Amino acid sequence: MYLGKVIGRIVCTIKDSSLESRTLLLVRRLPKGPVVVAVDAVGAGAGETVYVCRGKEASFAFLPDEVPTEATIVAIVDQVERQLP
Amino acid sequence: MLLARIIGTVVATRKDPRLEGKKLLICRLIDPDGQDEKGYVIAVDTVDAGFKEEVLIVSGSSARMAQGCKDTPVDAAIVGIVDQVSQD
Repeated sequence: MYLGKVIGRIVCTIKDSSLESRTLLLVRRLPKGPVVVAVDAVGAGAGETVYVCRGKEASFAFLPDEVPTEATIVAIVDQVERQLP
Repeated sequence: MLLARIIGTVVATRKDPRLEGKKLLICRLIDPDGQDEKGYVIAVDTVDAGFKEEVLIVSGSSARMAQGCKDTPVDAAIVGIVDQVSQD
C-alpha cells in the first residue's frame, strides 16, 4: 500500500460490467512516482492525498463484488505524522 | 491499472485450451498525455477493443476477475476503452 495524490480522472463508456458506476482516478505515487489508474472506493476527489492498495487485495474493497482492479483508493489521508531520523 | 494503446495482435494456434476464443492484443504503455512509454504488454481483450484505441489494462492476478477470464492463465486483461483522460 502506498500514498498517492489524485491528479485526474478517466472516462470509459465501454468497460467491464463490474466496473460500471465506479470512479476511475489518476493517482501519482508520492513523492514523485509513476501515475496509475485506481478505482475509487471512498469518494476521493481532485488534489486529495489518498491511500492506495495494490495487487489482488485491491479488489477486496468491493466484496462481495468481484471488481477487476489491481489498484484501489481505500482511504483519504487527513494527516501524516512522521519522525525524521 | 495501466493506460495503453493497442498496436497489434497476436495469433497463437497452439495455446492453453482455456485461452481459446480469446483475442490477444499487443498494447504499448502510454502516459496520461497519450505519449508512448517504455514497455508493452500482451493482454486478453474482454471489451472488443480495436487497433490504435486507448485502453485500460488490469494486470496481475486481478486480471482473472475480468469478464470471462475466471480460472484462466491470464495476467493482463483489457477491461475498458478510454474515452477521455482529464488531468487537474
